Amino acid sequence: MNQLLFISPILFPLLGVLINATLGKRMSEKAIGWLASLLVVASFGVSLILFAQLGGAPEDERLTWGAISLGIPWIQAGALSVPFGFLIDPLSATMMLVVTGVGALIHIYSIGYMHGDPRFARFFVYLNLFVASMLVLVMADSFLLMFVGWELVGLCSYLLIGFWFTNIKNAEAGRKAFVVNRIGDVAFILGILLTFVTFGALTFADVFAGVARRGESVQAAVAAITLLLFIGATGKSAQIPLHVWLPDAMAGPTPVSALIHAATMVTAGIYMMARTHVMFEAAPSTQAVVALVGALTALVAGYTALTQFDIKRVLAYSTISQLGFMVAAAGLGAYVAGMFHLVTHAFFKALLFLAAGSVIHAMEHHGHHHHPADPQDMRNMGGLRAKLPLTFVVFLIGGLALAGVPPLAGFFSKDEIVLDALKHNLPVFVLLTISAIFTAFYVGRQLVMVFFGQPRSDMARHAQESPAIMTAPLVVLAALTVLGGALNLPGVGALGYWLSPAVGEFKTHPLDVGLAGLFTLIALGGLAAGWLVYRHAFTTPDLTDPLSRLGPLYALSKNAWYLDALYQAVVVKGFYTLSSFLASVLDLGGIDGIVNGVGRLARGVAGWLGRAQAGFVRAYGVLMLIGVVALVTYFLIVGANAR
Amino acid sequence: MLSTITFLPLIGALIVVVLPRAAGRAMRSVAMLASLAAFLVSLLALAGFDMSQAGYQLVESQQWIPQYNIGYKVGVDGISIWLLMLTTLLFPIVIAASPGAIHTREKEYYALMLLMETATLGVFLALDMFLFYVFWEFALVPMYFIIGVWGGERRVYASVKFFIYTMAGSALMLVAILFMGVTAGTFDLERLAAQNSLWSANTLLFLAFAIAFVIKVPLFPFHSWLPDAHTEAPTPGSVILAAVLLKMGAYGLIRFNLSLFPEASRQLAPLMIALAVIGILYGAIVAFAQSDAKRLIAYSSVSHMGYIVLGIFSLNQLGVQGALLQMINHGLSTGGLFMIVGYLYERRHTREMARFGGVWAKMPLYGALALILVLSSVGLPALNGFVGEFVILQGAFQANQLWAAFAALGMVLSAVYLLTFYQKIFLGESRDPANDTLTDIDWREALAVAPLIALCFVIGLYSLPFFSAMSASVNSLLGAAGMVMR
Amino acid sequence: MDTAMPYVLLSAILFALGVMGVLIRRNALMIFMSIELMLNSANLALVAFARQWGQLDGQMFVFFIMTVAAAEVAVGLALIVTIFRARRSTNVDDLAQLKG
Repeated sequence: MNQLLFISPILFPLLGVLINATLGKRMSEKAIGWLASLLVVASFGVSLILFAQLGGAPEDERLTWGAISLGIPWIQAGALSVPFGFLIDPLSATMMLVVTGVGALIHIYSIGYMHGDPRFARFFVYLNLFVASMLVLVMADSFLLMFVGWELVGLCSYLLIGFWFTNIKNAEAGRKAFVVNRIGDVAFILGILLTFVTFGALTFADVFAGVARRGESVQAAVAAITLLLFIGATGKSAQIPLHVWLPDAMAGPTPVSALIHAATMVTAGIYMMARTHVMFEAAPSTQAVVALVGALTALVAGYTALTQFDIKRVLAYSTISQLGFMVAAAGLGAYVAGMFHLVTHAFFKALLFLAAGSVIHAMEHHGHHHHPADPQDMRNMGGLRAKLPLTFVVFLIGGLALAGVPPLAGFFSKDEIVLDALKHNLPVFVLLTISAIFTAFYVGRQLVMVFFGQPRSDMARHAQESPAIMTAPLVVLAALTVLGGALNLPGVGALGYWLSPAVGEFKTHPLDVGLAGLFTLIALGGLAAGWLVYRHAFTTPDLTDPLSRLGPLYALSKNAWYLDALYQAVVVKGFYTLSSFLASVLDLGGIDGIVNGVGRLARGVAGWLGRAQAGFVRAYGVLMLIGVVALVTYFLIVGANAR
Repeated sequence: MLSTITFLPLIGALIVVVLPRAAGRAMRSVAMLASLAAFLVSLLALAGFDMSQAGYQLVESQQWIPQYNIGYKVGVDGISIWLLMLTTLLFPIVIAASPGAIHTREKEYYALMLLMETATLGVFLALDMFLFYVFWEFALVPMYFIIGVWGGERRVYASVKFFIYTMAGSALMLVAILFMGVTAGTFDLERLAAQNSLWSANTLLFLAFAIAFVIKVPLFPFHSWLPDAHTEAPTPGSVILAAVLLKMGAYGLIRFNLSLFPEASRQLAPLMIALAVIGILYGAIVAFAQSDAKRLIAYSSVSHMGYIVLGIFSLNQLGVQGALLQMINHGLSTGGLFMIVGYLYERRHTREMARFGGVWAKMPLYGALALILVLSSVGLPALNGFVGEFVILQGAFQANQLWAAFAALGMVLSAVYLLTFYQKIFLGESRDPANDTLTDIDWREALAVAPLIALCFVIGLYSLPFFSAMSASVNSLLGAAGMVMR
Repeated sequence: MDTAMPYVLLSAILFALGVMGVLIRRNALMIFMSIELMLNSANLALVAFARQWGQLDGQMFVFFIMTVAAAEVAVGLALIVTIFRARRSTNVDDLAQLKG
């Protein structure tokens, strides 16, 4: 009974998958959407109950209180035994709330957003499947089971990016996401293989105990394992050099971008590192790499976001950049700060995406029916403040939180990360500070381009506010964004103390006024700069970006550091060439050529030998004579020798 | 009981032969009944199978050619039990899916199919090397005709190539079998395995068997008959070829090479592992370049079967068990994929992927089923392929970390070519107006693949019974061969 | 020197002539006659050896051979005549229908 309660957060959405997949065709949109949403709400409810129960447990028991096993092994072969085991501890309980809470809001929003889509039921099947998979990832008590969730969320991501699959571009974006993620996943799998070979176990508890017990002797192995796991994280959490899939993933419906590609799935890498922090802390060399990669990602992606025109692409690069902050925090060992930023980011970035979805929805549905222009291009927007007042307010709240304006949630969580960086790793601090400047600038730019000035297209002129079913979740998320900072206020630190049994020692510290002031200045200054530069830009749609005056620096940002082009030219082209070379030259010509060559050889020899059997009696006679003479000679010699 | 399973299809074949030529419906029913009966009896055999026991069970033994100590001996153990089940399960499915693909000479077709079942079952169950060889070679004949008579345009080329290539491979095996049988005075597999260290020509004998088996698997670079055979064979032929016939090779490697020549297995394992890993990557890369859907899946078989050989020659418990499970998995998912492609071929009479596109929009159920099979083949967790692949990789990693790491790269490549396959046919917009009239699969077609898909989920989520049935036998095999599991 | 030696030598020469005839000539009749020559060279050798060893076995064999040769001539000539009727030629190189 207890077990059923513990895993019911997973089972509820799975039930939705079953029902909507089988009966969805015969159900009304309302029934499908509300069924799926309410099941996630139920999942959230149970998570809340479990969270409360866990809170009621004594602090030193919270790590083991929620460890359950279903009693049936999933894989059992030889020494390898992986049970269906789940773990609800402060870390996973927090994550469950984020996933089901934000997930439920986005489900409800989707009822409005996806209204009228011919594959409405399928959308909610995927969405439910995603929530279930994400919960498997979060609640797993072993590396391998976590990997199951890890890959399944990747599948949902693939399916949802390519949801409108009749446009081949969407399908290709989905495939790109899956394949790039798979590269990381292979590293993850290798990490698991090495873990099992080293520790003979795959459950977190056993492995961590092994790390603690064997200390020095396994240091090299742990360094290798953590590095492999981190490569896995760079795939899922879109860190350089594997981040290239995330901007393309914006091809999916906007609620998907909010749920999967901002709030939950992409944070799985950070969650995984927090979960396995025992190993990462035992591998300082890996941690240094993690911190540096995170900070570089924050910078590179933040710089790219400066010049994008697609409203979702800006947010996508911003997400990569913010994920870089979290990864850097994990690399610095500041898991609480990383998780704190993960939670607040889930609030404000989901809010931003959903608000952007509301904008796109308004542009698409109320503009001209045959609009050739791109409804996601910010150059076609402008002045939407008046048309979409509610959307504007919530977008503004989300944007200010992202930029780090106090007292919104993003300010506090970002502040903790940079404080840790300042204390422990100056290069990382510098990189993060610069990307914070970029962040504030592109937020300002986006706000101006979308909401201020005059409408720059018919679509923008005819935009109307979205229905209540879409705006209600926005309001809830906006409230969370405003209040989210309270989760872990400096000097109070509720979240930190709550998480500390799972992610290690935590001690809150009072607000560093100097640093906070600096970052407030950065936020406001960046916003103001964005405002100033773009205030009068694009008054007619064909005008170029004011920043294009920067020349190559602009091009570098606009083309995302040319990484996509590089991969396309080297990896993709190379693979195509190799593949067609192997298929046509080596396989058909070489290997199959040898096989057919043997056949031809046999035929040739047969033809040649066959000529001797021409039917000429005299030829046979000659052969016979030669044979007889040879035999006689042989026997004469042998006979002579024998005597 | 095992003889009943083996020869039930043969009886069915005889009945089909005496039926009048016009009675197509009756032939289909007889074939269906005979194969279903074999399946039901094999379920009984499974129920009576003691999972904790390592040795052969349900053994039936009789003298056959006493002058040469050749016996008729069949039995089943943990290594062959799931292959037996896979075979008896797949034949009814294939026969159910046949009416759409086979329109001419039905009498010969159904008789040959049933003969084929008897031959393959015999291969998996025979415990006498001579008997094994008879079944082994006999299995070639029906497949030769199925490809050659009901195949595509280049069917004659493909069938002759298939026949000669695999026949040539097994010639040396016959020599080895005769040598061993005459030297040891028995062809009984159990008794031969008991004296496995006696062979002076250990390595040569190993190679003689291995060549026959790796051609059948097929292991790189002996694979070139496979794409032709698969592509030209009619759908049911492709399914049986992929799901059952290839397994005969992998099964032979375990049953003969590992148990009879442990010393040589150890010595030559690095070579086999290297070829297997090259095959995994090579098959995947070459599959990507194919434009014909069936050829692509054929090359994917080369890649997937590479995993199986890799597992076998890891020579540890995880590797061999993973390989055995992966044999079943490959039979389910690749067999299913061939059926799926067959459905499309029956509608459009082409397999060129470039001429499809957007099929999922036209055929929602079909697209969903195909996606599940593709994902199973990609090795997505919660489906069967992942369990097998992971266990194999774990075993291989214990044997050789570097090669295992290369093999793991196959996971990326399989995603690349299989998702491309799916995208070209099912996603995007239609590239040919002929696709506009496509109709979704009917319940009969869906029902035929449903068992395969259901089993993909079952193995993916609950692999325990599959592993536990084989573990005792694998244990004793490795133990007897002195390869105690690391 | 053996008394039989000249006869045996003659026999060998005749045999060789016969062999050459069989191998070189294309006309079936000539081949046939060459075969007869070979048979008779064998006869000569047999008679010579019989005389040298003072045994009659060789003489007896000669009679056998002559009988067989007579039968062979009958059958062989009949075949040749039939072939000539059918094909208007007795060239053996034309007779290659049974070639594989």
